[in-house]
Amino acid sequence: MATQNTKTLARLMMAPSVIVLLVWMAVPLAMTLYYSFQNYNLLTPQNVSFAGFFNYQYFYTDPAFFQSIWNTMLLVLGVLGITVIGGVAIALLLDQPIFGQGIVRILVISPFFVMPPVAALIWKNMIMHPGYGVLADLARFFGVQPIDWFAQYPLFAVIIIVAWQWLPFATLILLTALQSLDSEQREAAEMDGANFFNRFIYLTLPHLSRAITVVILIQTIFLLGIYAEILVTTNGGPGYASTNLTFLIYRTARLGYDVGGGAAGGIIAVVLANIVAFFLMRAVGKNLDK
Amino acid sequence: MARKVTTGAKIGWTILAWVVALLIFFPILYALITSLKTEQEAIAGFSLIPSGTLENYITVQTQRDYFKPFMNSVILSVGSTILALIIAIPGAWAMAFAPGKRTKDILMWMLSTKMMPAVAVLLPIFILFRNFGLLDSRIGLTIMLTLINLPIVVWMLYTYFREIPGEILEAARMDGANLWKEIVYVLTPMAVPGIASTLLLNIILAWNEAFWTIQLTTTNAAPLTAFIASFSSPQGLFWAKLSAASTMAIAPILILGWFSQKQLVRGLTFGAVK
Repeated sequence: MATQNTKTLARLMMAPSVIVLLVWMAVPLAMTLYYSFQNYNLLTPQNVSFAGFFNYQYFYTDPAFFQSIWNTMLLVLGVLGITVIGGVAIALLLDQPIFGQGIVRILVISPFFVMPPVAALIWKNMIMHPGYGVLADLARFFGVQPIDWFAQYPLFAVIIIVAWQWLPFATLILLTALQSLDSEQREAAEMDGANFFNRFIYLTLPHLSRAITVVILIQTIFLLGIYAEILVTTNGGPGYASTNLTFLIYRTARLGYDVGGGAAGGIIAVVLANIVAFFLMRAVGKNLDK
Repeated sequence: MARKVTTGAKIGWTILAWVVALLIFFPILYALITSLKTEQEAIAGFSLIPSGTLENYITVQTQRDYFKPFMNSVILSVGSTILALIIAIPGAWAMAFAPGKRTKDILMWMLSTKMMPAVAVLLPIFILFRNFGLLDSRIGLTIMLTLINLPIVVWMLYTYFREIPGEILEAARMDGANLWKEIVYVLTPMAVPGIASTLLLNIILAWNEAFWTIQLTTTNAAPLTAFIASFSSPQGLFWAKLSAASTMAIAPILILGWFSQKQLVRGLTFGAVK
């Protein structure tokens, strides 16, 4: 059916988006790669010289580098753990017959629409503040010493905030998947005497596995880039205790004015993201074939 | 077929679900309540009953010129979404109705651009923006937000367009419709809901984008994300004002979001979960 004419037309129509994305991807990345081999500091822009692998070595030997990789891992895995387990539990709960289901659903998904700086500042000041926060009030009510979250457990505090933002996403996707579960299958299992636990392990969980995979992969992409939540709460500190890789590169590049070092860190981040992306593409690609 | 449920069980589940839902929603609710308190009340210990003052909303406007970042948010999110739609609609249309051998590869490649960590290209973008005088400009940031969301826009449109049955187009062609008529009378009416959903979700994403909007603006083009982030190093009593600014910043998008639950799942999973 497709004539030569429509093919040409189709190419023309695709051209704008393809060209725009090609430029957007190639130009800045090529520049980052170039800068990563240069001695280039924005404070002394006249002294630019070839640096070889010095920037990579500098980044690699920086003790903050490994801490930031470790923090990034803890942040991603911590949030994934909370959101996937919590998401499955809440999705199962919302799938039960309840009064006011529509409103409950709206309340549960709301945190996803809260912009990161607002979410982080509400938690920092109104909930987790050691003097005036709700948790401190609660601790005093029970006669316990309030916890100074951002000083004592800075990374954990960030994990809680980010998990709160992403829990609705996991819940919503898992709930959507849950509702596509064939109710006849479920009834058959019930008739056969399968209890709630067995139904969950042998019927629900396998049915959810694809949705869980999607949740994990998509969240990972976003979680690797967590920035604003750290900026407005701990600013990466104390020390480097809550600095993830994104934040370390930002510190090197924008606060240290070190273009070369920041670029080398950026290339490392690209490599790490690509490893994750590889798995995501495979999962989504498989799905396309259906 | 609905399952038979005892009223007792339903009441039990209802109580549990409402407790969980209210706990999750609590930080938002508490920000709303705090915004209606005076600054003294805001730090006076836990209380769910504010004095109901609207003073904070007025102060945020008079002292910090709230309206400016708000308008910036509107202009940037709507502008970048419309720009992305203009670029993406023809491409998504072509891929959905005249797919070639490479269409799938192109789609996957577009998706992969979304996975590039923003921070990796922070410096080149910053330097380019500085050299072209685009720092802290609405135009620069609109372009930036368009670029970041373009892959999602193409993907969402593609999944919606693909569901429009091709036979209808063939029937229209048989009836003698040319390409132009095909687009205007057949395709557009069927595509409008998909385009509207895409528009909605991308306005939400652009509104909440908090890396580039903070990095590339200072005052002039700063949208609400950057404005609120500037509250992180406060002086004096500020919680009630922060709450008022926060409430106004999230309210419009929260309401839009409630209407776009379905599209959200679809758009953010690239059609993998519907």
